[in-house]
Amino acid sequence: MASVDKKKTKSEQKTKTPMAELEPTTRAETFDEVARGYTEQEAMQEALRCIQCAKKPCVAGCPVGVPIADFIALVAEGNIADAYALVKSTNSLPAICGRVCPQETQCEGVCTLGRIEEPVAIGRLERFVADWAFDNPQEAAEASEALKYAQVEAGEFSGVSPCDLSTRKVAVVGSGPASLTCAGQLARFGVQVVVFEALHEVGGVLSYGIPEFRLPKELVKKEIASIEAEGVKFETNAFIGKLYEIKELLDEQGFDAVFIGTGAGTPQYLGIEGEGLNGSMVASELLTRVNLMKAHRFPEYATPIYAGKRCVVVGGGNVAMDAARTARRLGAEVTVVYRRSQKEMPARAEEIHHAEEEGIAFKMLSNPVRVLGNDEGWVTGLECVAMELGEPDASGRRSPQEVEGSNFVIDIDMLVVAIGSKTNRLIAETTPGLEITKRNLIVADEESGATSVAGVFAGGDVVIGAATVILAMGAGKRAAQGIATYLCK
Amino acid sequence: MYPIKEVRALNNEVTKMVVEALQISKKIKPGQFIMLRIDEVGERIPLTMNEADPVAGTVTIIFQAVGATTKQLAKMKAGDTLLDFAGPFGNPTQLEGAKRVAVIGGGLGTAIAYPQAKFLYEQGAMVDVITGFRTKDLILLEDEINAHSTSQIIMTDDGSNGNQGLVTEALQRRIDEGANYDLVLAVGPVIMMKFVAALTKKYGIKTYVSMNPLMIDGTGMCGGCRVKVGDGYKHACVDGPDFDGHLVDYDDAMRRGASYRSFENVANDAVDAADAAAAVDAAAAEHECLIGRGK
Repeated sequence: MASVDKKKTKSEQKTKTPMAELEPTTRAETFDEVARGYTEQEAMQEALRCIQCAKKPCVAGCPVGVPIADFIALVAEGNIADAYALVKSTNSLPAICGRVCPQETQCEGVCTLGRIEEPVAIGRLERFVADWAFDNPQEAAEASEALKYAQVEAGEFSGVSPCDLSTRKVAVVGSGPASLTCAGQLARFGVQVVVFEALHEVGGVLSYGIPEFRLPKELVKKEIASIEAEGVKFETNAFIGKLYEIKELLDEQGFDAVFIGTGAGTPQYLGIEGEGLNGSMVASELLTRVNLMKAHRFPEYATPIYAGKRCVVVGGGNVAMDAARTARRLGAEVTVVYRRSQKEMPARAEEIHHAEEEGIAFKMLSNPVRVLGNDEGWVTGLECVAMELGEPDASGRRSPQEVEGSNFVIDIDMLVVAIGSKTNRLIAETTPGLEITKRNLIVADEESGATSVAGVFAGGDVVIGAATVILAMGAGKRAAQGIATYLCK
Repeated sequence: MYPIKEVRALNNEVTKMVVEALQISKKIKPGQFIMLRIDEVGERIPLTMNEADPVAGTVTIIFQAVGATTKQLAKMKAGDTLLDFAGPFGNPTQLEGAKRVAVIGGGLGTAIAYPQAKFLYEQGAMVDVITGFRTKDLILLEDEINAHSTSQIIMTDDGSNGNQGLVTEALQRRIDEGANYDLVLAVGPVIMMKFVAALTKKYGIKTYVSMNPLMIDGTGMCGGCRVKVGDGYKHACVDGPDFDGHLVDYDDAMRRGASYRSFENVANDAVDAADAAAAVDAAAAEHECLIGRGK
């Protein structure tokens, strides 16, 4: 592997090379992608900040083990094709991860440089090489092919399966990040893979959940096309548990194993009075209407979306930020209401920052107690109670407690609840013997993804509860290895 | 792509459509629904199954052209294709074990009530079907229901079939005559189901109603189809669409059902405008150009 002469070329720059973004005032009117990505020159400039330290903690900090320092060294040399090939050999969705991974708590969070200055902008560099490959498909494909041969030669190819799997068939249920990664890796092992998706669009949360302005859907389609090119077949409109049960896939449809990556799609509610009033919805309704059904382009697209003038989004995670910024783009003035303080918000710092820039207000330490409505049944207000932080709870965050008599009302005509999601019970209910937890999560081996049913594997949110794209991908990748081992037994 | 095998207008408003969907036809049961999307810009709309033929590999739906999507759907022809046709969604109606049943269909709901009545009748139950329509020209599936039920009473709002009144009046009469129902199924407008349930509650007859709320994905994800049942909300798509008729909050369902009404006019206008444009194009295509022919 080529390396950079550190002494000569190490950059003096102490902060991340900035990435171009759309102006906050104009972008809040459109669904265009906010972050515009690096130019080749900016990417090389940023790559030179990497000191190529000996320990490379970034690699261990990545759930799919991207050889981060090595690919950055290639970017620093301007060898983008080989950098892409290296990233893609370990991460099947680099253009997506470069955009939506919480790098600050993973690779960048452990970057050696980060102890003294800003860490290397690893996410931005990953995004850059992936986008470069979309623009230069021929060179990218050639580099990938060359790397594969080199790795096979050196005995380092990750696509080597423990035995010949070319006659084996695996069904992958759901088409989100865990499933796509598992499917892609199985295809590299030579397995015949069919992905079953309940909706009409492949991608799971990447398609219906994460908004266009953060993750353009064209790009998701391109990443999926690259997995299709590896031989994976996709069957949409296939709601597993109803159209086929897991057991039928194994016993009647000729599959040798099944991977369940159905995610956590069932919304959670506040459970307070008035939550069912008109104008009140959960984040996934807002996001599904807009992201999957393109309701922001109604009536060109036939699905409408109700948007008010004064909207409250309840919640503090990335989905809450996505919902708030979506409502903003639909024309609402938006306030995010969260029961803890900003410090405890689980959303990525960058998302909160972007939301603030777009004029979204934050009302912290406030908990909704009742939704108020008018005679026609539409929401008119959200009654909240002020909270104060007490002792740290099981999650390590200080638990909020109500301040007695501090109730106040926020005038609204739209309410979006974004307080998390649970798993759909359907697969568990229709798969005899499949062990689940009290929270309806599938019990699966952390390393292999094996469940209590032979030949059935699972990974991602359906196993660990609502989490991140990259954790789901890590689980999908490990499960592919687990499935290959199982099939070779 | 899902080929349309047959399209037939049952009356001015209601259309029957047979769609090729082999695997769904093998699985779908009375009470379950499909979701279809006509084209890339289309809505996903839920339609409850009317008939399924696993031998022919077809699923039949019956719908009323009321919204932009159903109007567009009604114009499609055999040989056309639907972009998406997914299912089965929801749970089958719990029909096992019932011996003496009244199946109530209001308007289009009759199309959904029919397979339930047929299933029960074939299982050996005594099945009285009571249907209601605005006027006699809108009566649906009269022959089919006659062939698959113990008795059929058809009511019309205007009395044009010689039998004026509401389905609840016919049901009341049946009960008064001594019909000892152990189950009542009601499918139709929310207001009709509300009054059927109110009536059967007095007699303590187990009653299921089939709810048809706004829905987007149909897989339990968006919460759009929330129906208030007892103390809490249920998702019609995964917990229903049938619920205990004595626990459903019908007023809440009617209110939620109206929440997108203002958009329907816009969507209808858009469809009408597209139709008008198409008509202009068609007229232009038919117009024989005489310029340059020396006439």
